[in-house]
Amino acid sequence: MMTILPTSTVQPDPWISLRQLTPARIALGRAGISLTTHAQLEFQLAHALARDAVHIPLDFSALSQQFTQHGINTLQLQTQAANQQLFLQRPDLGKLLTNASIERLRYESKPSYDVVIVIADGLSSSAISHHAVPLVTHLLPHLQHQALHLAPVCLVQHGRVAIGDPIAQQLNATLCIVLIGERPGLSSPDSLGIYFTYQAQAGLSTDADRNCISNIHQQGLSYSQAITKLLYLLNQATQRKLSGVLLKDETTDDATLPSPAPLALLD
Amino acid sequence: MYKTYLANVSYEFKTLRNLLAKASPPRSGDFLAGVAASNHRERVAAQWVLADVPLKQFLTEALVPYEHDEVTRLILDDHNASAFAPISHLTVGDFRNWLLSPHANTQALSALAPGLTPEMVAATSKLMRIQDLILVAKKCQVLTRFRNTLGLNNRLSTRLQPNHPTDHPQGITASIIDGLMYGCGDAVIGINPATDNMSATLRLLHLVSDVIERYQIPTQACVLAHITTTLAAIELHAPVDLVFQSIAGTQRANSSFGINLNLLNEGHHAALALQRGSLGKQCMYFETGQGSALSANAHEGLDQQTCEARAYAVARKFDPLLVNTVVGFIGPEYLYDGKQIIRAALEDHFCGKLLGLPMGCDICYTNHAEADQDDMDMLLTQFAVAGGTFIMGVPGADDIMLNYQSTSFHDALYLRQVLGLKPAPEFEHWLINHGIFNTENTLAERSELPKLFQSHTL
Repeated sequence: MMTILPTSTVQPDPWISLRQLTPARIALGRAGISLTTHAQLEFQLAHALARDAVHIPLDFSALSQQFTQHGINTLQLQTQAANQQLFLQRPDLGKLLTNASIERLRYESKPSYDVVIVIADGLSSSAISHHAVPLVTHLLPHLQHQALHLAPVCLVQHGRVAIGDPIAQQLNATLCIVLIGERPGLSSPDSLGIYFTYQAQAGLSTDADRNCISNIHQQGLSYSQAITKLLYLLNQATQRKLSGVLLKDETTDDATLPSPAPLALLD
Repeated sequence: MYKTYLANVSYEFKTLRNLLAKASPPRSGDFLAGVAASNHRERVAAQWVLADVPLKQFLTEALVPYEHDEVTRLILDDHNASAFAPISHLTVGDFRNWLLSPHANTQALSALAPGLTPEMVAATSKLMRIQDLILVAKKCQVLTRFRNTLGLNNRLSTRLQPNHPTDHPQGITASIIDGLMYGCGDAVIGINPATDNMSATLRLLHLVSDVIERYQIPTQACVLAHITTTLAAIELHAPVDLVFQSIAGTQRANSSFGINLNLLNEGHHAALALQRGSLGKQCMYFETGQGSALSANAHEGLDQQTCEARAYAVARKFDPLLVNTVVGFIGPEYLYDGKQIIRAALEDHFCGKLLGLPMGCDICYTNHAEADQDDMDMLLTQFAVAGGTFIMGVPGADDIMLNYQSTSFHDALYLRQVLGLKPAPEFEHWLINHGIFNTENTLAERSELPKLFQSHTL
């Protein structure tokens, strides 16, 4: 890799020590008044990772196979957003199942389930390919321990958060857990979000009815932190028979950074 | 009923609202809302019909009913008929011709602004190409003042945006220092708080105010919390320079933001009473963006560009220091790609400037939009050529809290170099006095920190 060396063409910034205070792209230095080649390529790499997270399709059969290897049954479903371009422009279609998928669920529905886990690619396929299997395999023993009756894990292509609603309704599942790829940022292309809804209803449940646990990735919330929050919400929801804005996450949050020691600009 | 017969097909448009939507250049949000033209021919037919609509028609046919919408009432009740008189005989198409003509000089356009409604300027923009939008906007001059003078000819200002994912004070200060050292921050040093709560807002207000005070920077601060949070901070005697609020073009959309005109008025008066501006009294900062009304499901059947222009009527009422169209933040379901983002930004700037507003632009995109740095460079350059009042300055163009890409400190320096645009004069003097800029409108050569900052401890 290239490094920033003071040369006649590249001017480093003398306040580079401030970088330890923030993940922001500060003290980048300059070539003339422009970005150095190094800073330019670093940005392009981050953007490429985020773009690929949106556009490289998730390999659903590989995902399904991984779950099978862990002894977990899955169902593959489609939304009415028939392709990625349509999915990005028509959020409404990503919330509706195709007729074939509705039929598939009808075939599957038992009298009722306690929980359904829905996995949707959303806006980041890498979030799902990196985190869905480890997260679900960590989560399931906790759910089984509580003797909850689990529906097959539903894998949905081109899905938005609300796609969990028709699935939970069709399967008669009380608790709906949606794992979805979040809108990728330059520093977090594979961030996963969990949305939880109690007694989800297609077309009726709104964002105000959901609880969200976001920012799950290597530099963000860990699997165990996320699962702790989710189990808290599940238990509270079961007791109080609701989810959403009326249900606050009261687990402690250690997301705030430790305060670094005072730092002089010139070190 | 609006109709025409074109290329062997007859077209009918039931209402003016319909006609405007169908005449709008294509963008994903209008397709999503189901108001867009169904094909290219229908769009051009609507533009032909729109060109023949008298401007007066916009004063009698409300796009959202007067009884149901306070933004409509504001637009019609505040219309200045004598300012409108010189062009009151024109159609939309004639008005485009007039704007492009030498009759429409800076003085004439300033005098005309109170006579124009958002719908008139939105309609005209739909008949314009990019170069028309740039040419006319460039003729407008809108000056505003708080602790410096914004909007002068051959000047371009920047908002320093030092956001941090957890509002960490030292992290935010580090980004502020970085931005100042690159010559950014004359429009405002404006922080988006990660959490909109009272204690975070107070902490950040004191932080920025201390920086401005300590270094005697001729600029203003803003924490972009909800207006009710800022009002509560003012009650607690926090140092509030500018009162911020996101606004939209319909009453229902504003209500989804938890605001109405009364609340904005209250915020405006509270900020005025503080008298913290040394040069002028403009003390409001508004943000807008095409698609915001639709995303609140409150677009009232309007196209998103007309909705956006109506938000400028709301802004105009409160004599703002800064209005910022955050053009590509909302995502590809409203503006799909670089082409749509670029056009939308230049439309917004044109409409805002004609209505008399100090228009800046957050030239930006998200990673799920079909856009990249090249698109932003095209818009950045065109926006500056059009005489845009200010742009954002974000470290490395990467906002690590809001997770989108905006413009960088380096981007502003690029415009200064290729177009000779200087910062606000008071800020420019400050930069030169402290050895940050040289007298050639660029960064001074230096191997160490300017003296001013050498003793700074974070």
